[in-house]
Amino acid sequence: MTRRRIEPLVWLMFSGGGVVAAVLLPVLAVLFALALPLGWVSRPDHGHLVAVLGNPLTQLVLTGVFVLLLVHSAHRFRYTLYDGLQVKLKRTTAALCYGAAALGAVAAVVIVWSIG
Amino acid sequence: MTEVRVYRRPIPTWWWVRKRTYFVFVMRELSSLFVGWLVVYLLMFLWAVGRGEDAYADFLDGADSPWVVALNVVALLFLALHVVTWFNLTPQAMDVRMGSRRVPAAAVIASQYAALVVVSAFVFWLVTR
Repeated sequence: MTRRRIEPLVWLMFSGGGVVAAVLLPVLAVLFALALPLGWVSRPDHGHLVAVLGNPLTQLVLTGVFVLLLVHSAHRFRYTLYDGLQVKLKRTTAALCYGAAALGAVAAVVIVWSIG
Repeated sequence: MTEVRVYRRPIPTWWWVRKRTYFVFVMRELSSLFVGWLVVYLLMFLWAVGRGEDAYADFLDGADSPWVVALNVVALLFLALHVVTWFNLTPQAMDVRMGSRRVPAAAVIASQYAALVVVSAFVFWLVTR
């Protein structure tokens, strides 16, 4: 019965994460995964980044963002395995996907709140 | 209770490669894997920033290596597929109304792209100012 109660919440978080992945993740990925490493834009001062990332408002937003993205990713990949790639080990894949997301969420909280 | 045994025709693992729409569907769903990778990447970046100026510089120098760049380019292509398909599906999942009139699907889709531009510009300004 607990599964029934938690399922709508997971779908809600999946949708929220989908919106975040579509609206916010692209700029973060382009900026930090390509533009800064490849020198398309000059690297921001370390002190400036710490000031921005160490702001409690940024930390609050980033915590929510990472948790939503992780749930979105885990939930969707779980069904990709089941429907797409025909991996029918329902319980095992669910445990692995949500387990990985939970670990990621803990790491995200620790990392985000350690800055500043 | 007697168990009812139903015959289920087995579906081949690669059922989705023959038809274009099926293929795009599975690729769209697989974008989840790359969203997961980008979260891991961003967390590693934040970890480096938190450890200090040298770790921050080292991380960006390391992220310049061809394999990391290739992986991130692929991840961004999958993310682009997610963006387009997600925005296109929103009008079907949501009935947006203004007063008693239904907002046309094209307007719902356009407003999401507008949001993407505004959010991107704000983040870019916040990081690089």
